[in-house]
Amino acid sequence: MSASNVEGMRRHSARAGYYVSVHVMVSPQRWCIKRLCARARDGIIRVDTGMEVASVKQYSCFDILGPIMIGPSSSHTAGAARLGRVARVISGSTPKKVTFYLHGSFAATHRGHGTDKALLAGVLGMLPDDELLPCSFEEAQKLGVTYQLIPRDLGQDVHPNTVLIELESSGGEITRITGSSTGAGKIRIVALDGLPVDFSGDYHTLVTLHEDKPGVVAGVTQELARAGVNIAYMRVFRDQRGKNACMVIESDGSFPDDTRKRIETITGVRRAVVLEPV
Amino acid sequence: MALINSARDLLELARAHNTSLGKVVALAEAESQQRALDDVVEQMAVSLEVMKSAAAQGILHPRRSVGGLIGGEASMLTELRDSGKAISGAVMSRAMAIALAVSEVNASMGKIVAAPTAGACGILPGALLAAAEALDAPDTKMLDALFAASGIGLVIAKNATLSGAEGGCQAECGAATSMAAAACVELLDGTPEQCVEAAALALKNELGLVCDPIAGLVEVPCAKRNAVKVVEAIACADMARAGIKSVIPFDEIVDAMYKIGREMPVTLKETALGGLAVTPTGSRLALEIHDAQPSVECPPPVFGENKQGAR
Repeated sequence: MSASNVEGMRRHSARAGYYVSVHVMVSPQRWCIKRLCARARDGIIRVDTGMEVASVKQYSCFDILGPIMIGPSSSHTAGAARLGRVARVISGSTPKKVTFYLHGSFAATHRGHGTDKALLAGVLGMLPDDELLPCSFEEAQKLGVTYQLIPRDLGQDVHPNTVLIELESSGGEITRITGSSTGAGKIRIVALDGLPVDFSGDYHTLVTLHEDKPGVVAGVTQELARAGVNIAYMRVFRDQRGKNACMVIESDGSFPDDTRKRIETITGVRRAVVLEPV
Repeated sequence: MALINSARDLLELARAHNTSLGKVVALAEAESQQRALDDVVEQMAVSLEVMKSAAAQGILHPRRSVGGLIGGEASMLTELRDSGKAISGAVMSRAMAIALAVSEVNASMGKIVAAPTAGACGILPGALLAAAEALDAPDTKMLDALFAASGIGLVIAKNATLSGAEGGCQAECGAATSMAAAACVELLDGTPEQCVEAAALALKNELGLVCDPIAGLVEVPCAKRNAVKVVEAIACADMARAGIKSVIPFDEIVDAMYKIGREMPVTLKETALGGLAVTPTGSRLALEIHDAQPSVECPPPVFGENKQGAR
């Protein structure tokens, strides 16, 4: 897409993360709006054309008046709780031990914003409006969950509010999730067990960890078709050919649990988890 | 139903449906999200309840904020009001007290509705709840007012920003003031045009407002700023109801707000690197807070890679 046919670019504010909508002139009579994932860095907008979709997500009134949350900061508290919760769901259970590697603004101001408490609360399964959230340290102690918070530079290319969450299950299994809180309680998960991914958790989301080989994606979509699930967005990520891959499928409706279980039995699929939007 | 991209769209929709701004925003919400109208209104009622309980909690049970910079101001102002000595009058002083209360609840890790953000969460409930009390308005009217406020917020979100990091405080408290002004007009049975005029008058007076919080926390100047902005919202609602119009149309003010936000230096956009944050007092407080243990009843976290596990 050249600059000349992109007109009327309009930022949709930090509420929508780094989304921009671009009015693209197909012909002088026909315009289409594309929602693109772009990252504005130093004035340069990197456009990921893989995210092109048919229509722009409509803002809801409840994006404006909302979220209902425990204060004090939508990005440092509510977003942090959502990141913790996504990590918990993907790891599959309450961890035995969790380590939060805090980057940028999260490292600098996490105490005053309760980011530490919110992250841990999310990992314990609390939602951003749970009034127990300020006491998540005590709750963790009751549940025998140990936790650490470690400031760490996660690189120049990540959002200032980013955390790497490392969860260790009672069986010793390690799950690593990196996510950013992009403002107004919105989040983006940017890495999963080292694989670069990109999803928001705003939709009903199915995440599979699988082997990069033919037939896996078809097997998953077949199961979804059988269950009558309409796919809104779908992306596949991998680190290298034939190795670990990850598929993120977002839908307006929920994914039935028996479908998720059947997907887990597909050859090549290691794990399938479902995230409900919060 | 057409998309809402501008205040002009809002007014056209209201005209086409021959109804108030709040009601048409609720209809548009139901349609765009493919939900039943009752369902959408019910969800807004939940937000209203959270606003009411935060207001009550902040006034009746004052708590220190996490950073320790604020707490108890709502109850102090309520005392002055109850003594009959508030020169701003019963409605204004009540509105300010509610705004302080909700901001204090937010800063002490209590439950609030971001409106449109957590830092500006006191303004809309302050103006709306105080006005509704004064008018003895029923919840249904308050819900219409909240939808009217969201409509204004939607237009700002689509054409500018609601993030302090992107646009400074004009994008947070400014947007909230604008939304609250429209909400008050809706509550007073004003026309959709008057709602938009009130929003325009308010936003116009917020342009250029910087976000320079002490220690980067949502405490100072945020809470007291919420209280002061409530006064502005109510004043703009009265002006619009009197038929006073903004010479610059709302949509143009929103564009100007966005451009001003872009031109604003990054030191004044939520980074705590400029303005009040770097005054001698601001710098000293930031150092103190950084060294202090968090002021909550729960045990502190364990730091450092060498310390395995928590206590």
